[in-house]
This record gives sequence, C-alpha cells and structure tokens, in this order.
Amino acid sequence: MLSRVQVPASARRGEVIQVRIAIQHPMETGYRPDHFGRRIPKNVINTLVCRYNGVEVFRAEMGSGIAANPLLQFPVRAQDSGEFVFEWRDDSGERGESRAAITVSAG
Amino acid sequence: MDVSGSLIRNTAALCLLWLPLQTTVFAQTPAAPPRSGIEFAGADVRALQADDFANPGMLWVARGEKLWNAPAGRNGQSCASCHQSASASMKGVAARYPRVDAASSRVVNLEGRINRCRSQRQQADPLPYESEALLALTAYVAHQSRGLTLQPAAKEEQVALQRGHEIYHRRQGQMNLACVHCHVQNAGRKLLADTISEGHGNAYPLYRLEWQAVGSLQRRLRACYFGVRAEQPAFGSGELLDLELYLARRGAGLKVETPGVRR
Repeated sequence: MLSRVQVPASARRGEVIQVRIAIQHPMETGYRPDHFGRRIPKNVINTLVCRYNGVEVFRAEMGSGIAANPLLQFPVRAQDSGEFVFEWRDDSGERGESRAAITVSAG
Repeated sequence: MDVSGSLIRNTAALCLLWLPLQTTVFAQTPAAPPRSGIEFAGADVRALQADDFANPGMLWVARGEKLWNAPAGRNGQSCASCHQSASASMKGVAARYPRVDAASSRVVNLEGRINRCRSQRQQADPLPYESEALLALTAYVAHQSRGLTLQPAAKEEQVALQRGHEIYHRRQGQMNLACVHCHVQNAGRKLLADTISEGHGNAYPLYRLEWQAVGSLQRRLRACYFGVRAEQPAFGSGELLDLELYLARRGAGLKVETPGVRR
C-alpha cells in the first residue's frame, strides 16, 4: 500500500511537532453495490498504529465513515532522535508499514 | 424536479438567444483571460489542492515516480533509462500536449504518448485507459509542468482544432446541450449546488472528490456526456482526443495545476 509520511526532519526537545500520514486506499464502505447489484465487501483500514522509538503515540480505529485515501494528522512532543513507525491493516488482511526519521536537538 | 424544469426552460430560452451568434463564436477573441476551475471551487477544495501533502493526488504522483524508475517490458528498460530525471526531461511537456502526430495526423495526448513509448521502446503492453498505472504515470509526467503556461495553438493543429471546435459547439444528448452552453454562456453560475466552471483541462489528471480517486480528462468529459444524456465516446476515441486538444488550446495562458483537486 502506497503511503506518504510527513515528519519534520529536525526538532528541539520538548517541541510539539505535527505528524501526518496519507495512505492510498479505497476505504470501501461495504454499502455500495457493483454493476451487477452485488454488494462490494467492506474493506477499510481498520487499525493504524504509530510508534515513536517503540512507544505507541497514536492509534486510530477507523470504520466506513472515513473517506478514501485517508489523511491523518496528530501532534507529538519531540523527545529523542529516532524513528516514527506506522503500521496498519485493512479488512482484506493486507498490511502496510511506513517509517520516518527525526533528529532531536537539546533544548 | 422544479429546479431541473427551470434549467430546461432557461436553456431553451438561451438557445433562442444563442442561435444568431453561432457562426461568430470561433472568430471572437475571448473577452477575458481564461479562469482555471480552481477559481470556481470553494475555500476547502482550494486549500486541499494547495497543500502538497494533503492533496490526495500527490499519492498518484508518488506512485508515478516509482513506475517511472521501474523497468517494464521485454527490453527491461524503465522510462528513466531513456529520459533520465523527469524533473528535467518532462518539464513543459504537459503544457504542449495534446499534439498532432505528423505521421498519422492524429491527436496524441499524454496517455497516448506514454503508451506509445511502452509499446515501441519498452516492448511492453500498453496500459489500459483509467488504469491506476497509466493515471499515476500521466499525473507524474504532467506534474513536472506544474506552474507552466499552456501553449497556444500551432499551425499543424488547425484541422484537428476545427474538429474540436465543432464538437464543443455541437448540441447533443436528450438535454440537447453543447459544451459551450454551460462552460461559456453559464460559467460562474450555479448548476444545482455546483458552480459551473469554464471547463478547462489544465489540472488533469486530477483528484475528484466525487470519484474519491484521480481520473483523466477523458473520464471527466465522458461524465459531461452522461450529464447531457448523450452517448459516451470510448476512452481514447478520436472525438475525445480532438476535444482534449481544443480544450488545451482554448485554455492557453492558464497554468498547469496537476494534480488538481475538484469536487
């Protein structure tokens, strides 16, 4: 699954930064019929977790109310240099992963 | 029902007014410079297009960049094998396309040009119209021209442009409307909840919120055919190509916005 992550390359310790992720996904609601009138099975990214140096800092549990190609944004307080790791899973069982590094300077 | 009824009545009234002007439209110089569709969009859509991270079309551009560098076909060559960095080699291309192919005198759009490279150079199968891969590659190539100005008509395009002009002014469908009736005579006015734009193609391929995906200009044109309840030409047909060329030259002076965002 294609995704884009936006994390500032550097920050000062204690600074609140904005982290954003966009994922290309149809977020199929499960309510739409196809051209033959059969229901297209629901397939949305149901869980997304973000860990910052191994610590979970953000979790989203999404349903059929989220538009296709979701964009998620949340604030995080910069602590140490390291890595943000995003992992997610959709209803079809497909998994995705994305990473972004950050350098944190003292004070 | 009431609204569509009044639309039909208004349209009927407009037709009567419009008939005597019919022959002079092509000769007229536009009264005002063309306005991009984004100027008719709401603040939320404009903000979405302007933010290069939030703009969902950039996901297709990112996919296109991967495809640009990925080998394809029996030659094992990627786009980059010949064209190297797209940011240099593809800059300005979308401002000139579609073009008239000298050998066949047919109109070739970006999608057609990419597929010609695939079949002739890479020895790969052409990508189907509206496939994710073709949309992504087209969006990536067109994105390299963002901010550049759409070029005016060239001499060798006159015959194809005349065809496009005729299609643009031809009444069709159960609604009996031509492109010109909405996008020239009623641009800026409301059609139900939407503001009618001038119908330029300068932001394509673009992310349409209704589609929840990126689509080509031809997909949008086919949606217009559906809207006036006319028979939709096939993707890649001569009619849509002529129309694409006409739209590009009609919008000369506009800046390429790919990937745009529209409702």
